[in-house]
Amino acid sequence: MESKISISNLDFYYGKAQALFDITLEIPERQIVAFIGPSGCGKSTFLRTLNRMNDTIPIASATGTVMIDGEDIYAPGTDVVALRRKVGMVFQKSNPFPKSIFDNVAYGIRINGIHNSKTDLAERVEKALIDAALWDEVKDRLNTSAFGLSGGQQQRLCIARALAVQPEVILMDEPASALDPIATQKIEELVVELKRKYTIVIVTHNMQQASRVSDRTAFFMLGKLIEYNPTQKMFTNPDEKLTEDYITGRFG
Amino acid sequence: MEHRIIDQQLDLLRDKILLLGGTTEAAVHRAMQSLVTRDSELAKKVLEEDKVIDQMELEIDRLSIEILALQHPAAHDLRFVISVAKITPILERIADHAGSIADAALILNNEPQMNNYIDLSLMAEIAAGMLRTALDAFTAEDSKVSRDVIELDKKIDVTYRKVFNELLELMIDNPSATTGAAHLLFVAKHLERIGDYVKDICELNVYLREAAFIKHSPRVEAPQ
Repeated sequence: MESKISISNLDFYYGKAQALFDITLEIPERQIVAFIGPSGCGKSTFLRTLNRMNDTIPIASATGTVMIDGEDIYAPGTDVVALRRKVGMVFQKSNPFPKSIFDNVAYGIRINGIHNSKTDLAERVEKALIDAALWDEVKDRLNTSAFGLSGGQQQRLCIARALAVQPEVILMDEPASALDPIATQKIEELVVELKRKYTIVIVTHNMQQASRVSDRTAFFMLGKLIEYNPTQKMFTNPDEKLTEDYITGRFG
Repeated sequence: MEHRIIDQQLDLLRDKILLLGGTTEAAVHRAMQSLVTRDSELAKKVLEEDKVIDQMELEIDRLSIEILALQHPAAHDLRFVISVAKITPILERIADHAGSIADAALILNNEPQMNNYIDLSLMAEIAAGMLRTALDAFTAEDSKVSRDVIELDKKIDVTYRKVFNELLELMIDNPSATTGAAHLLFVAKHLERIGDYVKDICELNVYLREAAFIKHSPRVEAPQ
């Protein structure tokens, strides 16, 4: 299986404090990879290195390489805006703009100048909402405020917003942790559906969620990658005792 | 290491299957003893005990389902619950075979004494020994011993063929002994089946320890 993202010997620092240690990992194209581990283990930090979201933190620095489609995203001259268009992100808390449903999804398309006509824009918005499994629920109220949607719908709107700019990779940082079981199930079904077109990396505290949706799972602890294996193996017969202890709740 | 809620239930599950294993082992032993010593009272006890074994099976089923549904076991915990859930009906079937041997004993004890118990006793000894070792290996999670026990099943099969031929000859030479010999043939078949079931238990022991599926495959050595 071809790698979409190749990470080699990645070290990451917040000032002098090292948060990630020598991470080497391959993320295959059109697969779902879950990152699990206790709080503070570095999984979210690692996720954010994949589209350089950590650049927004002044004291952050990284060494090693992160290659996406064979290009080092930390190489000088990298267009970070183009990178983040290619590698979209969905956060733990849904964060719709104080705009209409339509304008939320249209926002990225407009600022990136992706559309070439008003009809094209409307079509792209519709497609993103369909792909995010939200279209049927909002098609009759596209011009109403996004804040009128439920929590689960707002999260799917954020996914539609990420999809609208045609990314290739979607990073999800605990996308369902604030949702009820029904909304969570919808997000999980959506994630699995999105795999047909996108490479997905998902950080989750919910191990059942990792086991339900992902193809491969990476377990992190204290900034180190402890184990990375197919999810089926990880949850039935992990290689490392630390992984076993974590997934069976022997420490939290 | 922290104490987990699941630990208490896993311990309970372990206790229950060990009790079921011990009771099944005793049932096989008593059934054969009732046959060899012509003790019909003992045979009846074996049949009565079967209800207790059925009840144990139900309790283990319920507890296994409860743990799976409520505790979401993973890794070794998951393999343990799955192994127990699969070994339980095997033990129950072994106990059923013990019951059938006791049934045969009740009939044979009313027939004239036959002198063909020697190899049957050997078969029973091997089968009971296999069962005991398999249950010990389950407790110790010893996959090497489990693999060795699997090999022992061949010995039972060989003895079964020998007993089968001997009883067949007996029936031909002495038609008046046909009824008794036929029942002994059933007993031999029950013991042979017990050997097969113990083999299944051992395969699950290997799964528990190594997460390897060795069923339907030639002997596979444990990874070094």
